[in-house]
Amino acid sequence: MSKSLRIVRPLSVMLLIAALPLSASRAEFIVEVTRGQENAIPIAIVPFSTPGAGADPVDVAQVVANDLSRSGRFAPMDRKDMVEQPHPGSSITFDDWRRLGNDYILIGGMQAQSQDHYNIAFELYNVLTRQRLLGFQIGANRAGLRLASHQIADMVFDKITGIRGAFATRIAYVSVLGSVPNRSYRLIVADSDGENPHVVMQSNEPLMSPAWSPDGQSLAYVSFEDRLPSVYVQFLKTGERKRVSAKAGVNQAPAWSPDGKKLALTLSTRDGNLDVYVLDLATETLTRITDDPGIDTEPQWSKDGQSLYFTSDRAGGPQIYKVGLQPGDHPRRLTFQGNYNARPRLAPDESQLAFVTQEDSSYRIAVMDLKGRGDVQVLTKGQFDVSPSYAPNGAMIIYASRDKGRGVLALTSADGRVQERLVSSEGEVQEPVWSPF
Amino acid sequence: MNKLVSIACLFAAAALLAGCPKKSTTVEPPTAGSQVPGAGGTTNAGEGASTTTTPLGGEEGALGAKGGPTGGLLSRKVIYFDFDKSDIKPEFRDLIAAHSQYLIAHPGNKLKLEGNTDERGTREYNIGLGERRAQSVRRAMMLLGVSETQLTTVSFGAERPAVEGDNEEAWAKNRRVELVYMQ
Repeated sequence: MSKSLRIVRPLSVMLLIAALPLSASRAEFIVEVTRGQENAIPIAIVPFSTPGAGADPVDVAQVVANDLSRSGRFAPMDRKDMVEQPHPGSSITFDDWRRLGNDYILIGGMQAQSQDHYNIAFELYNVLTRQRLLGFQIGANRAGLRLASHQIADMVFDKITGIRGAFATRIAYVSVLGSVPNRSYRLIVADSDGENPHVVMQSNEPLMSPAWSPDGQSLAYVSFEDRLPSVYVQFLKTGERKRVSAKAGVNQAPAWSPDGKKLALTLSTRDGNLDVYVLDLATETLTRITDDPGIDTEPQWSKDGQSLYFTSDRAGGPQIYKVGLQPGDHPRRLTFQGNYNARPRLAPDESQLAFVTQEDSSYRIAVMDLKGRGDVQVLTKGQFDVSPSYAPNGAMIIYASRDKGRGVLALTSADGRVQERLVSSEGEVQEPVWSPF
Repeated sequence: MNKLVSIACLFAAAALLAGCPKKSTTVEPPTAGSQVPGAGGTTNAGEGASTTTTPLGGEEGALGAKGGPTGGLLSRKVIYFDFDKSDIKPEFRDLIAAHSQYLIAHPGNKLKLEGNTDERGTREYNIGLGERRAQSVRRAMMLLGVSETQLTTVSFGAERPAVEGDNEEAWAKNRRVELVYMQ
């Protein structure tokens, strides 16, 4: 059987965000699956062979298994039940793996080529047909091993489900330490599984509303360091940042246009009227989009950059509206169920809109179908579920919740069938945002 | 990451931890310099390590460090609100009147009205609600004759609770406007 391996580009350290060293502030997450998918695909992910790989290389197979498990669509086989552990080059007794209930098997091997360079070869097989579905080799340095693992998980996920994997992505979130009045706030960027956290901004005043630029290189956020909420844009690679809006009153809720050239945001007039504006980042010109005595905030762009979704309480309680950006366009109300619907977030393919809805006295994540009749489905069951953010493949939504009096992050699949909680080991976490691809 | 950067980061961390000022709970008169822009400065070391320092004294907004007049009603500087409401409850009208009279009598004094909400709902919408509450107090004071130039509003939404807790008792104490006197 001829093998066709392809060399994927060597991976170097992905994040050059520097940060305070993490020994004292490592916030790792414990994943608690609260609801798994019933017909998860059984897959055997065999520990990768690691001859001469050196001390403590990353357990690639474990990272892949955790990723696939976290998606809710896969049920990785327990290692304890593996009678043998084949790797590329050895033969696979497919009947045995079939008998153990696996539909697929992933095998791999990692070799250290030099002090800081590894080659990872992996193969994915359909256990029933014995057909090889994937065969690749990835080069990586030590710091890039987790990223390589996530990329393997992406390829496996894509091959089997037909959906692009989003494991090799990042999340940003706000971490709050201490208790009032001595709280400190940190803006953290981590891998999508919560590992590898880096502090990109730290303050004794609140930080909120992080937003990824479409190219994934910058974060916009709101900081109260100037004693009023101001909007900053920070370039992650260098930490360089620019204060882009600090008008008297409120500057908040930054949202990047799809071309990355503008920010929609919320400003207030002297009389405290909050409205949505668009700021051109290059020319610094402001265009006012809403002009209503109610609170208009939380803007989000449509994919074509021609409309904004936003929250407005012009009709009494907060509801979600959509407005075109051409002069003369009027906002159109989208939500009609219940008294509180806020913080719209558009799915990457615009098939649905996620938002926060009030159900009884609880705040939950709901989605509205944008392709059909606008059906609304409430996805979560918590009391304080807010801040939804889609993974760039639209399959999962990360959001903020509260558990036993602490702020935690949680995940739901876009259809609500899979539910998970990410509990930080340190302090409270809130306002998660998922990076683009 | 090379060694040099790691060491720089370590020093930055040490400096941050050593010099990290805690918010004071003693009452101190606000000083003129405490509003200097950039006083809440942020430094950016080469590789993006970022620190923010906050001056210790005269820190506006920290509970107990508000300064301003004391004595009788004037020493009370917090107004509370009902859930989802920004109208002034009757029991706070005297308080607003007292502070308004003080401001009218001392035209050199400025007052910052800090609006807050409880933690329920979305954060950004809560910034709007906090601002609405601050504006409610501002309008009430202007109606009583306080000059517009003496009043500014700021909203912290749900970001600066006075009391932590996922219960009505805590929420009731967080739905508030704080009166913070400035020089």
